[in-house]
Amino acid sequence: MINKLAIFGNGATKSATWHWLMQRITAVILIPLSFQLIVFLNLCMTAPFQQTVAWLKSPLNTICIEVWLLAVFYHSAIGLQVVIEDYVANQELQVKLIKVINLSFLFLAVAALFFIFRIM
Amino acid sequence: MTAKHSRPTSPHLQVYKLPLTGIISISHRITGVLLSAGLLLVVMLFYALSQGEGTYAAMQSTVNFWLVKLIYWGFIYALFFHLCHGVRHLFWDVGDGFEPDKLNKYAKIELAAAFTLTLATWIFI
Repeated sequence: MINKLAIFGNGATKSATWHWLMQRITAVILIPLSFQLIVFLNLCMTAPFQQTVAWLKSPLNTICIEVWLLAVFYHSAIGLQVVIEDYVANQELQVKLIKVINLSFLFLAVAALFFIFRIM
Repeated sequence: MTAKHSRPTSPHLQVYKLPLTGIISISHRITGVLLSAGLLLVVMLFYALSQGEGTYAAMQSTVNFWLVKLIYWGFIYALFFHLCHGVRHLFWDVGDGFEPDKLNKYAKIELAAAFTLTLATWIFI
């Protein structure tokens, strides 16, 4: 039981397994939602303001875009962590970079959600 | 020293011609990093929307510049490529498709699928 709970802790190997799994879970979530994102991006490129807002306000679209945001920022942060771990040899710098990435992605995700709530 | 010289050296990336599977593998990483950077632009998009019609219109006139449009479609292709190779990673995770001929075949299918999906997006959406 303790071992199972430990995946939420800071144990290096446990959190690596957890990251590996979450990378896959978020990937599967992102496959269908990416198509929803592209519809939204296309609206932003071409449609008038009211139409884009109306599309985003529809409950299913709101949920899809918000889940996409949460999943994509998590997926991206884990992915960048792996890239940093592979190419930044300096251990101290590596840890700092990962922290900076995690914090700024958390900030960006919260900001994006905040902007969406303001549109609603 | 002489013994050291006669030893085979590891394939340095500058002189080693990567096979298609290798190119695709590193492209998965590169597109992943680029798409992460693209997330910044998506957040800016939500900001523009939240600021109202004026900011939205200003954003639209910027994205309608040809160079920005080209970058946009580059991002769409990168997204589909990352998605297609990601799907193959999921197949690999369950232990499927490691045979050399399959690796090369699926590498070509991925590239074609990403291109087709981008084209379909351009035509239908």
